[in-house]
Amino acid sequence: MTPVPDTESPIVVRGLKKSYGPAEVLRGIDLEVFPGEVFALLGPNGAGKTTTVEICEGIRRRTGGEVRVLGRDPAEEARDWRCRIGVVPQSTGAFTDLTVREVVDHFAAFYPAPLRTAEVLDMVGLGGQSTKQTTALSGGQQRRLDVAVGVVGDPDLIFLDEPTTGLDPVARREAWELVRHFAARGTTTVLTTHYLDEAEALAGRAGVIAGGELIEVGPVAELGGRAHTPASVSFALSEPLRRLPLPELPAGARYGEADVDRLLVHTAAPTEMVGLLARWAEAAGVSELPELRVYRPTLEEIYLEMLAQHQARTAVAA
Amino acid sequence: MNNQLERAASTAVTAAAKPMPGLWSATAARSKVELLSFFRNRQSLVFTLLFPVLLLVVFGSIFTGKIEHTDVDFKQVFMAGIIAAGIMSVSFQGLAINIAIERDNGLLRRLASTPMPKAAYFAGKVIRVGVTALLEVAVLLAIAVLAFGLPLPSTPGRWLTLLWVGLLGATSCSLLAVAYSWAIPNSASAPAIVTPPFMLLQFISGVFFPFNQLPAWMQSLAGFFPLKWMAQGLRSVFLPDSFTVVEPAGSWEHGRTALVLIVWCLAGALLSAYSFRWRGAKVK
Repeated sequence: MTPVPDTESPIVVRGLKKSYGPAEVLRGIDLEVFPGEVFALLGPNGAGKTTTVEICEGIRRRTGGEVRVLGRDPAEEARDWRCRIGVVPQSTGAFTDLTVREVVDHFAAFYPAPLRTAEVLDMVGLGGQSTKQTTALSGGQQRRLDVAVGVVGDPDLIFLDEPTTGLDPVARREAWELVRHFAARGTTTVLTTHYLDEAEALAGRAGVIAGGELIEVGPVAELGGRAHTPASVSFALSEPLRRLPLPELPAGARYGEADVDRLLVHTAAPTEMVGLLARWAEAAGVSELPELRVYRPTLEEIYLEMLAQHQARTAVAA
Repeated sequence: MNNQLERAASTAVTAAAKPMPGLWSATAARSKVELLSFFRNRQSLVFTLLFPVLLLVVFGSIFTGKIEHTDVDFKQVFMAGIIAAGIMSVSFQGLAINIAIERDNGLLRRLASTPMPKAAYFAGKVIRVGVTALLEVAVLLAIAVLAFGLPLPSTPGRWLTLLWVGLLGATSCSLLAVAYSWAIPNSASAPAIVTPPFMLLQFISGVFFPFNQLPAWMQSLAGFFPLKWMAQGLRSVFLPDSFTVVEPAGSWEHGRTALVLIVWCLAGALLSAYSFRWRGAKVK
């Protein structure tokens, strides 16, 4: 077993295709995941997230393209390769008639250098539950057991397929802590999710899959040109302000369309704009801009916009 | 970045120092879990292990009289048959349902994404079936001998027949179960898809009725499946050789019994290899 040099990306996908008969599920995905990063795959249900991940896990076969995961082709299903991969599938596992400890011990037995069961259970917050029957666990606890089973082999690369779907808000936050815990150990993590707050909270970079294509990939903070998307500043035009001539705007900023009683300015420099507007109002004796709002589009809005544009493009193409 | 390098280096070192656990330890881990789940699960205990025992007690208390033209109690013929059915219960019925559930709840999918040697899963099933079949036969035999006066096998040769018929029967039925699990879409429907053919085979294979009294077409049909041969093989273990006058072939047909069971083993192995899937259609 040759260790992958750290210059090589743990996941390299080129032109990945998958079809079931005439139905094309993946239409040529290009993707690279860098060492040690948390990478999120976003996309609506049925977009191809899980299929992509399962091909990388070596549990599904591709129809075309190149895939290298930790330097190997997942389709080889090499056992020494599987030792280095941790998988937490989408559906929660049922380990009937066994205790938490028995389940983790059982999976640990397949790896050359597993983490200690007690250590893994503490890590996922099931330390106090080790002698409980798995069927007696809550939904969130069962999901944590899934994670324990996925990471007990101390993998270099972890796949988490929708780890928090169906969890209550508290359990979700706990799951996030777990992802951060492994990321801090330097483990490369690939996470599929349709929660944008999850991608934003955990991932450094993200890719958006829609209709079997990767329509966008990049740092989460820059997704969809987000870093350059202008913010908007708006406030209510109350009585003295309404009669003032509007201030002249610096280059790059422009007035937008707003409700009758509001003033809206699009700008890449919202802080500077608020200062300018405040001085303008001050001159009219108004020291406080009424109902002042500074607004930046959320990842969710950008994401929905991206999907809408993609849909429009494919509709035109068809 | 440094962290990354150290980690890569330490992985390389541990990988070189510690070899991957082989088939033996993986099988040990699987077997432990197989037995724990079997004996902790009320459904598999009652449905698979106890049901033949109940049938033995109930019918053993109902059936009376001798089989025509012989000096043998019908009760004893039934005992031989129900031991064969008990072996098939743990190997075919129990295993097919068990695999269908493990495929449906995603356990197989999880095992498939670990470095477990695939053979370890099947080796674990061998242990599961082996231990439970042995227990089943022991319990049925004990009750039949102590409560219903079935004679123990009278010669070492007959014990040997019990051994090879049981072994070939359990093996062929287990392989059949692995293949048959292909037809079971989810765990909820498993008992409904597995039990009817098994019940039907018990009726046409001479478990509940003397085989020689069944219509000829039913005898021929039963001849295609393992249970008829297992029951006949066990009759040769427990009943006097004079009973062969009412066996359709006029003899115990040991050679043909072994042949049919071996053919079923091979067919079951081929079908299993071809049809076995590590994930259900809906497992993600």
